[in-house]
Amino acid sequence: MDIKEHTPTIIRDDAYFRLRQEVEEFFYDEAAMLDERRFDEWLDLMHDDIVYFMPMRRNVKFGMHQDREDTLLEEGMSWFNEDKWTLEKRVEQIMTGVHYAEEPLSRVSHLVTNVQVTSAFPDAANATEINTSCRFYIYQNRVEHEHYSFVGRRYDTLVRDGGRMQVRHRRIILDQNVLLAKCLTAFF
Amino acid sequence: MNKVFDATSMTDLDEGVLDRGAFVSEEIYRQELQTVFTRAWLFVGHESQIPNPGDFFSSRMGEESVILVRDKASVIHVFLNSCRHRGMKVCRYDQGNTSLFTCPYHAWTYATDGKVRGIPQYKELYDGVLDREKWSLIEVPKMVNYKGTIWASWDENAPDFETYLGEAKLHLDQALDCRDGRPGGSEVIGVHKWVFPSNWKFAAENFLGDSYHNPSHRSVDLIGIGPSARQGIKGRRDNELEMAKHVWIGFAAGHGVHSAVQAMGAEYVSQFANDPEIEAYFRHCHEERNQRLGDDARLLPFTGTIFPNTSYHGRQPRNLCVWHPHSPTETEGWRFFFVDADAPTKVKDFLRRFYMRYSGPAGMTEQDDMENWLYATKASTGTIARRYAFNYQLARDQAHLDPEVNGLTVRGRVNTKMTEHMARGYYRRWKAYLDCADWDELLGRNDPRFAATKKGSPQ
Ligand code: FES
Ligand SMILES: [Fe+2]
Repeated sequence: MDIKEHTPTIIRDDAYFRLRQEVEEFFYDEAAMLDERRFDEWLDLMHDDIVYFMPMRRNVKFGMHQDREDTLLEEGMSWFNEDKWTLEKRVEQIMTGVHYAEEPLSRVSHLVTNVQVTSAFPDAANATEINTSCRFYIYQNRVEHEHYSFVGRRYDTLVRDGGRMQVRHRRIILDQNVLLAKCLTAFF
Repeated sequence: MNKVFDATSMTDLDEGVLDRGAFVSEEIYRQELQTVFTRAWLFVGHESQIPNPGDFFSSRMGEESVILVRDKASVIHVFLNSCRHRGMKVCRYDQGNTSLFTCPYHAWTYATDGKVRGIPQYKELYDGVLDREKWSLIEVPKMVNYKGTIWASWDENAPDFETYLGEAKLHLDQALDCRDGRPGGSEVIGVHKWVFPSNWKFAAENFLGDSYHNPSHRSVDLIGIGPSARQGIKGRRDNELEMAKHVWIGFAAGHGVHSAVQAMGAEYVSQFANDPEIEAYFRHCHEERNQRLGDDARLLPFTGTIFPNTSYHGRQPRNLCVWHPHSPTETEGWRFFFVDADAPTKVKDFLRRFYMRYSGPAGMTEQDDMENWLYATKASTGTIARRYAFNYQLARDQAHLDPEVNGLTVRGRVNTKMTEHMARGYYRRWKAYLDCADWDELLGRNDPRFAATKKGSPQ
């Protein structure tokens, strides 16, 4: 269920802007949970059938980008190709207090911006499934002098059941080829 | 060349101490680039990455970029990725297929066999002066395709690869061969590349068989992330070697491994319990392997490092990793993940997901390794810190040459307890490279520890 990038065709009426605002609030709440290390609460925002995917990105010849630049979901190796269970394991690992790559805990800030709704089903006013795109800047500071910046795009499919919103599919496009960080301990 | 290392050294590998300069000194690092990475056999890639004529994969040897390419006649080459004219990289793609490498700078072109194909305005500007035959891409003088893995050396006098491997070959084979014991047959399903601020030898040494660092993986062992973890099995992988005798082996040429020997008639330890189909597949592979290899099937791999910077994980997970030097305190890791090429898709998928949660910068296990390597490097750069050597005395004087373990003769210097003798041997050889020793010396042929006469006596 990879979604190809394109300029959204959804009509930007009042219902659209209300929905976008709701999505923005959701992303900001999510960022706060991560930055404030409320990992269990964050896990609840992840749908039980979540697909959490971060490809590796390759330098390819002009014209090959669409097909070859990113590694593919469920095909070969990527950085992340996770389900709910592995995300839970990652949280559980931090909670042991002896996951030394996160002990002491890093200081992390998630900035989410350029939020757009690319499509909504059945429609913006009554959306139960929402495709979104955004940009992220994740700043991580570790121990004393260690720091990393992760910048890129994120394509999320959110599902809404009444008042409850959850991430059903997340594709994280990090703007790096060789990973310029020793670890990916942060959540995206 | 001068012996930079000896000038300041407090190294005594018989005693079991190593100068921290090995991990932080700019001068020693420069010497390594000149003497280790120009001579030793280095892993470049895998034939499965370049299956068709014209396929290429950009790789590295030491600090330098090289191109692994299959030419139009299907011959595999390794070239320095630098134009003969003014040095521009002729290939800046990670991989692909091409008939020509076109230099972006002045547009010289090279065919996939490295020969100059075109030089703009050759007739008017170079005719009678430049001999095209002499300006091919620079090719490694030594290259081998060993069970699909491509290795190369810049030293035309280097011994052939199998001589270089020596008795370590048997152990590397366990990582490269099919799970059912057929030789070779692996394929690469992806390459992780990442940088970390640590000396490259911390990583290389880790895989020599530093099983003593197990405590740093306590978090994954507590939570369980292995191929049977969904059934509540703790640990970071299945413990198929539970009942086996572990062996830590050093080899004359500086390689080191941690393997294990199952007892005769040992029961199969169930693995891959997350999925009954996968469990059955690996049980079947195990039985096939036993039939094919007989008694030799009792030897199983764990980890190893082929001197100087190629490490492997032999079973769970299964990969080769190259530790490319960037600087004394920075390394670029390239981890090549392996599966049997003819394994069912479902098995490949299962393994892939396990590899991703275990290995590399996103892997729950390896993240903790890198934290150690980083801060060990960082805390060793200081003037005061450098006055104090590292300790490598673990299980010193306890290894035996070619002993019998569980009734199987195990070649090399072997200990059945956790030990650092592989590291002591590795650094002995490393020092010989820094001192520009001859190949007899580099292969450890003069090392009394490996002399047959000493057989049986503790070393
Ligand atoms: S540097 Fe390549 S053509 Fe001049
Ligand atoms: Fe480790």
